[in-house]
Order: sequence, then structure tokens, then C-alpha cells
Amino acid sequence: MKITLKVWRQESPDEKGRFDTFRLDNIDSHMSFLEMFDVLNQQLIEEGKRPVEFDHDCREGICGMCSMYINGRPHGFQSGTTTCQLHMRHFRDGDTIVVEPWRARPFPVIKDLVVDRSPFDRIIAAGGYVSVNTGSPQDANSILVKKSDSDAAFDAASCIGCGACVAACKNASAMLFVSAKIEHLSRLPQGRVERVRRAVNMVRQMDMEGFGNCTNTGACEVECPKGIKISNIHKMNAEFFKAVWVSSEEVEA
Amino acid sequence: MIKLDAKIPEGPLATKWTDYRSKVKLVSPNNKRKLEIIVVGTGLAGASAAATFGELGYQVKTFCFQDSPRRAHSIAAQGGINAAKNYQNDGDNVYRLFYDTIKGGDYRSREANVYRLAEVSVNIIDQSVAQGVPFAREYGGLLDNRSFGGVQVKRTFYARGQTGQQLLLGAYQAMERQVARGNVKEFTRHEMLDIVLIDGKARGIIARNLITGEIERHAAHAVVLATGGYGNVFYLSTNAMGSNATAIWKAHKRGAAFANPCFTQIHPTCIPQMGEYQSKLTLMSESLRNDGRVWVPKRAEDVKKKPADIAEEDRDYYLERMYPAFGNLVPRDVAARAAKKVCDEGRGVGPTGRAVYLDFKDAIQRLGHHVIEERYGNLFEMYEKITGDNPYETPMMIYPAVHYTMGGLWVDYELMTSIPGLYATGECNFSDHGANRLGASALMQGLADGYFVIPMTIGNYLSNDIRTPLPETSSAEFEQTEKEVKERLEKLMSINGKRSVDHFHRELGKIMWEYCGMSRTAEGLQKARGMVQELRKEFWKDLRVPGKMDELNSELEKAGRVADFMELAELMIIDAYNRNESCGGHFREEYKTPDGEALRDDENYAYVAAWEYAGMDKDPILHKEELNFEVVTPSTRSYK
Ligand SMILES: Cc1cc2nc3c(=O)[nH]c(=O)nc-3n(C[C@H](O)[C@H](O)[C@H](O)COP(=O)(O)OP(=O)(O)OC[C@H]3O[C@@H](n4cnc5c(N)ncnc54)[C@H](O)[C@@H]3O)c2cc1C
Ligand code: SF4
Ligand code: FES
Repeated sequence: MKITLKVWRQESPDEKGRFDTFRLDNIDSHMSFLEMFDVLNQQLIEEGKRPVEFDHDCREGICGMCSMYINGRPHGFQSGTTTCQLHMRHFRDGDTIVVEPWRARPFPVIKDLVVDRSPFDRIIAAGGYVSVNTGSPQDANSILVKKSDSDAAFDAASCIGCGACVAACKNASAMLFVSAKIEHLSRLPQGRVERVRRAVNMVRQMDMEGFGNCTNTGACEVECPKGIKISNIHKMNAEFFKAVWVSSEEVEA
Repeated sequence: MIKLDAKIPEGPLATKWTDYRSKVKLVSPNNKRKLEIIVVGTGLAGASAAATFGELGYQVKTFCFQDSPRRAHSIAAQGGINAAKNYQNDGDNVYRLFYDTIKGGDYRSREANVYRLAEVSVNIIDQSVAQGVPFAREYGGLLDNRSFGGVQVKRTFYARGQTGQQLLLGAYQAMERQVARGNVKEFTRHEMLDIVLIDGKARGIIARNLITGEIERHAAHAVVLATGGYGNVFYLSTNAMGSNATAIWKAHKRGAAFANPCFTQIHPTCIPQMGEYQSKLTLMSESLRNDGRVWVPKRAEDVKKKPADIAEEDRDYYLERMYPAFGNLVPRDVAARAAKKVCDEGRGVGPTGRAVYLDFKDAIQRLGHHVIEERYGNLFEMYEKITGDNPYETPMMIYPAVHYTMGGLWVDYELMTSIPGLYATGECNFSDHGANRLGASALMQGLADGYFVIPMTIGNYLSNDIRTPLPETSSAEFEQTEKEVKERLEKLMSINGKRSVDHFHRELGKIMWEYCGMSRTAEGLQKARGMVQELRKEFWKDLRVPGKMDELNSELEKAGRVADFMELAELMIIDAYNRNESCGGHFREEYKTPDGEALRDDENYAYVAAWEYAGMDKDPILHKEELNFEVVTPSTRSYK
């Protein structure tokens, strides 16, 4: 296949970026999208140019590291798919593909297609856990969990923290990510005890990081590679409003 | 000269760990606050240790090269985690898990370590469930189990096909909780490039900030390496693109013995290679062998036919035929070699002839589409995304690929390497899996090490350090080590040759796969050693690294890693050449039974080969740790 790539290049966070255009003449349709970038980078190195920086690691759709905004959509057009799992057979010979980094104020560009997603770690640190120390909790089977609850918790827990939801949202809201963690933990008896505190602290951190509000456009759900549901956001809002009524004592960390 | 002392506690096997814990020296809470620990790596082994250290009150710094601790490659583990819970009442217990693991490892691991692993396995499940890890459950609300290769009980806990992800998120969240409390400081996008020794003890690391390129010094009272496996020596493997050996290799060069480097696990069920451009291989979880049946055509002339056009009687379900007792669930090394054998006979399928079928037709008929979907849905989806084929309709094609490294830094019972104050946990140590790891036991080991073993054993060392102030990073030792790190980076940058890092990495991979992969011969290994030395020279003459040192430069990162792989590869070859027997994942063509099974030599090789670094281009020094079996009697592993 012949592919033309227009790729965002940016030397550093403060510099202005630009698009570079590259022609690739020998793309195998079995290649993954990132393998195409490998080919491009080999070509650039041979020509003595600087290769394109992009994030990736597992290349199996699970680590959440890859993050390309492809033809105006995070991870490209194929639903339920991360950039690393997107394959060239879904493109046409002769296509021009535009590739940009995630664009969101809380995720500043570091270089080319690489952005800083550390706000997500800080949101988890604010409350995305069950407060239990390593030690000797009760026997695992002493906590009974309804299969449907456990399955629903799993669905929410399968978020890979990629940030596509933020990149897709015109407000750069992180609500899908945050609500997925809240739903995962408060669905389970283990996590229910501190549900209120968790919701308040995580939402507060999210606001502090500069993520925007949710205006219910639903773009996040469409672009999420793991099928995280927007209904989690509605549940989280309910949780959060409930929390506003409880005393601040319970909420403080 | 390194002196190996495994420090295995006295007394009966079943009480060693309990006895150890009642006698081990402790550090009081107010002293813990004054002690700093560096944890390199935030996978299951690193995150669980960092979280637990933080909870205990130690001051912790963690390092990982990804942009978030949650992205360590543990995230990709699919199938499950073992534990001797006996929830299925099928006769499981600690002894049986211990026995299966020792036997599965082909009697090349330490009894005491493996027994402890089996013992704490049950706590891991309790811990993870308390953290909210959503393991699969039955309708009654209890936890569900599945079986895995090499065993006859159901003891594997799983969270759909994403067990590693869920366990890692549990450990990561526990660690982030300590970050919020100020006990853990995390350094992401940082790569450890060397370790700093002061008076022979590990007292810090040199790391590169991958965003700015800055070289940083970090001091501590002890250093824990949890940096994962080195399967990427083979270029193509199921590891992540960034998985590397740099941390352990640098430690090795500073005096940590490297044990059994040649013990590599080739996983039987991966998606076959499609082309030269291929950057990695994708695992299809072994759990698929619970319900999938492996076959190839009986006759070589049928290999190009569509699988649906090959009649039942013309198919060779070779694992069921060769190993009736375990069938499709034989251990990985056995399954992988069998696949190679049928492909070598010309009966392999797919475009390259290096693939076998994994067929779910019978299982779908027996259990229904939805049961299969619930068990393996995400794996089937992944397979379809990569290959374009739908495994509900046509059998998967699979082939063995490099997956796990049983070898690693030598550690004693306390998980300390041969450098005082330097520990190794998880896949980067050699400890528990002998010559072959059983499925679902790496997650178990990583978490056992991190949650339960090292938090206890490190106190025994640190209790002597309560009056030692944190070492100054301005000391001569830090100065010197940093200088050496910078020189190496500068050297990589200045070669200015014509070939990219990937070119050299691919070449290295080809040599290793051909001569030090699924089957090995003395002759081939000797040849490979020469080839690797040649390639290494070429690398240092003709490498091209674009860009600068003081910026984000992924080519430079890769160059450093591949430079280390080039050195480690030679040690793997030396070790494989030294071990004149076949055991587990190490198969030497010269040593096999008349029907082609691995032939161990317990008289001469029942030892851990721990290698000491002797300098560049010098032969490493072999130290033998004899393995004494007091409880089990090594026997020929039979799965027939
Ligand atoms: C695809 C796949 C599926 C698997 N499935 C299973 C399974 O079902 N069951 C099972 O038991 N096992 C499974 N395994 C094996 C198991 O997942 C691994 O052995 C285990 O997770 C390794 O954990 P770890 O913590 O030792 O290392 P990793 O999770 O690999 O973590 C390594 C960490 O070290 C860091 N690091 C590395 N080098 C440096 C450096 N120089 N400087 C700074 N940081 C560094 C990385 O950033 C990372 O944080 C699977 C493995 C793979 C590849
Ligand atoms: S919710 Fe979806 S899009 Fe957002 S971080 Fe999680 S997986 Fe990515
Ligand atoms: S590289 Fe890990 S999800 Fe894409």
C-alpha cells in the first residue's frame, strides 16, 4: 500500500508545532498502525533525520500507553480499538492519514505525539483504591459478591487509562476515566465503605488538574477503546451529590 | 570472588518460613521512617513491594520507564494466578502446589523457596480480593477457578482474560495510596542506568530522566530491582517493546551473580509471525488450551487445505495422542517442542508452514457460544483484530514464541543478590521456576515476593542500618558511576554509523532464536557465540543514533538496551553450552530419550549455574549452588 502521513511535530512543550508530510510506498496491509510508524522511523533514521516520537509499549491494547489522534479521532475510527491494535488493512491504498497527539490542556505535549498524562496518576492517588494494608485480610471467599456485581465491576475496571476520552471531549473532561474507577470500586462490598469519600476526593483532584466539565455529548463513550459506559458518569454524579450532604469530616483524607 | 550462601533456614520444609519470621530482625516504626528504599520497576513485583514498604513506614522511591507505573508489562498477563486455596475441593493443598511447581520446573529450583511461594499464595488471593480485584465468580458469589497447563487440579484464579491488568491495578492503587501519604515518591519516565556501590553495598542508582535526558543520582539504604524479564534478547517475544535487561545487567557487571541465564520459556500458543516488519508477538493465553484442541493435518500434503476441508480422521490431535494423561494441557515446554516437531515434519500450516491449529469447534458445540465468549471473549477479539480471522468460525493458528525468562539475578532465600543491600524480585530474579515456569505462577511469584517476602526479609538487613545516614549523592562513588554512565551514552551517540538500533536488535534476535531457542546443540551454540561477538563489534562501529542526549530520544533508550542485550546474549549462550543436559525450557539435541523427550542429568547438573562477571571479553566465572532435594525425589517428568 502507498500511504501519505501528515504527522504533528513539536520539539518541546513550549515550542509551536507543525505538520510534516511523509510518503510511505511499501506498507503491508497486515502491519499494525505502529509498525507503519516503525517503518517511517527507520526511513527517517536512514535519511539522517529525527524520527517521530510516540508512546507505546505492550502493543496488545492493554497498557494504555499508545495515544495517537488519527484523522480527527483518538485511536482512529475503528471502535473498541487502541492505536496499537489498529491494522493497515482497514485503510485504503493511497490514503492520506493525519496523526496528532492527544489535545487537552491537562495533557501538555512533551514532544511530537508524546503527551504528559500524569494527572491520571494523581487522580487515582486522591482516592482510587480500597484502603487496605498488606496483611491478613479475611479469607477471600468470606466476601460474597453477586456475579452480576462482580461482572459490572470488572467492566468498569477494564479502563486502561489511555486518556482517549479526554482527547475526544471538547471540554477535555476526565469524567469517563474517573467514573469508571468509582464504579469499579463502589460496585463491590470491599469498596463500598469509602465510596463517598472516594468520589469527592477524586472529583476534587480532577478539577484541580484542570479537566473540564461533562456536558453529556457522549464523545468519550464512542471513542473509548475499552467500551467504558457513559452511564458510569451518571452514577458518579449521583454519588457525588450524595457526598455533598455528608459531613466534611468523612471526606477529608 | 563471589561467595554464594542461599541462607536457607534450618528445620523442616513446612515450617521454615514460619520459623524464619519468628526469628528475623525487625526495624521499629520510628526507625523505618529514617530508612529509604529504592524500588526499580512498578510491575506486580515492584508495585506490591513499594506499597507494602510505604504502609510499613519506610521512605520509598519508585522508578519506571513508562509514563505511569500502571503500564508495567504485568498489565498484559492474561490467564490467571495460582493459589493453593482448594476452593474446588479437588485435593489441592500447599504441598501439591509446591510439588507441581518443583516438578514443572524440572527439578532445577530450590525446595525452600518454592514451598514458601506455595504457602503465601493463599494470602495473595485474600489480599487482592480485599483490594477490589474483580476475579471471576460463580452465581453463588464465590470465586471461580480454572485449570492450567501441567497440573490436574483447578487452582487458577482469573479475571476474564485480563488477570494481570486487574492484579496490577490493585497493586498500583495501593501504591498510589502511599504516594498520597508521602511515603512513596514515584519517578515515571525514568530509566535506571547503573547502581552505585559504597563499601560494597548497594546505596543508590543513576537514572536518566527520559524527558529531559538529565542524569540523576538517587541514594538509598537498599535497592530493590523488579524490572521484569529479558525475553526481548530474542527481538521478537511476547514482552512489551520496552522490556529490557539493563538494570539487572548493570547490577551483574557490578558484582551480582546471574543465575541460569539460558532458561527461557517458549510459550506454545502465540500468534505466528506474519512478516519481517513484525515488531512483537502476541500471546494467546494458555488458558485457551482448556477448551481448545491442538491439531495439524496427518499428511503433509493437506497443509494448504482449508481447515474445514480436512476431515476429522485426517487430523492429528498430536498432544492428545502423545500425552494422553495431560493431553492439550501438557506444560509449555512440552507443548512448544511438540509444535516444532510437527512443523519440522512438514505438517505445519499457515503461509509460512510454522503454525498449528487451536480449534474451539468441539468446545463451542459442547458449551455454547456464550460460554466460550465469556471465558475468552477478549482473546478471540484480539486474535481477530490482529489476523483478520474469526476464531469462533475457523481454528486459530498458533506457534511458539519467547515468553518468559526463568533465569535472572541470583538471589538467596531473602531475595538478596550477591551484592549486599541489592534485592531482586519478580521475573528479574531466578528464584522459583527452575528450568520451566508453570502457567499462572509468575503473577503468584511477583506478588508473593512483593507483598509478603521482601517486606519481611529486608528488615533483617536494614536493622543494621538504622544509624546509617542516607548516603551523600556528592560522594566519589556517585560521581564515578555517573561519569561511567555518561561516557557510555556519549559513546553510543558518537558512533555515527549507518545502521539503526532495530537493525542490530533484529539480527541478534535471529541468532538467538536459531541457536539458543527451542532446541540447542553444542556446535550451534559455539557458532552463535562467535556471531554475537561479531555483531557486537559491528554494533559499536556502525550504529546510528539520531538526535541528542539531553532530550526525549527513544532511539538512544533502545540503543542502551540493545547494547546490554548484546552482552547478556553471550552469557546465555555460554550457560546453554555449559549445561550438558536437557531440562525444562533448555533442550539440547544431544540429550534426549529415544522418543525425543528431554533427558536430565541429575548427577552432574542438579545445580544453579550462577555466573560472575569477569570483565568485558573475559569468560565469566561459574559458581555452582547445589540443589539438595530433601522432600521430593527428582524423577523423570512424565505427562504421558
Ligand atoms: C503477554 C503475557 C502474558 C502473561 N500471562 C501470565 C499469566 O496469565 N499468568 C502468570 O502468572 N504470568 C503471566 N505472564 C508472566 C508475568 O506477567 C510476568 O512474569 C510478570 O508480570 C512480571 O512482573 P514483574 O513485576 O517482574 O515485571 P514487569 O511487570 O515487566 O515490570 C517491570 C517494571 O520495571 C520497569 N523497568 C524495567 N527496566 C527498568 C529500568 N532500567 N529503569 C527503570 N525501570 C525499569 C518497567 O518500567 C516496569 O515498571 C505473562 C507475560 C506476558 C508477557
Ligand atoms: S475510560 Fe476509556 S478512553 Fe478513558 S482512559 Fe479509560 S479506557 Fe481510555
Ligand atoms: S501500546 Fe499498550 S495499549 Fe497500545
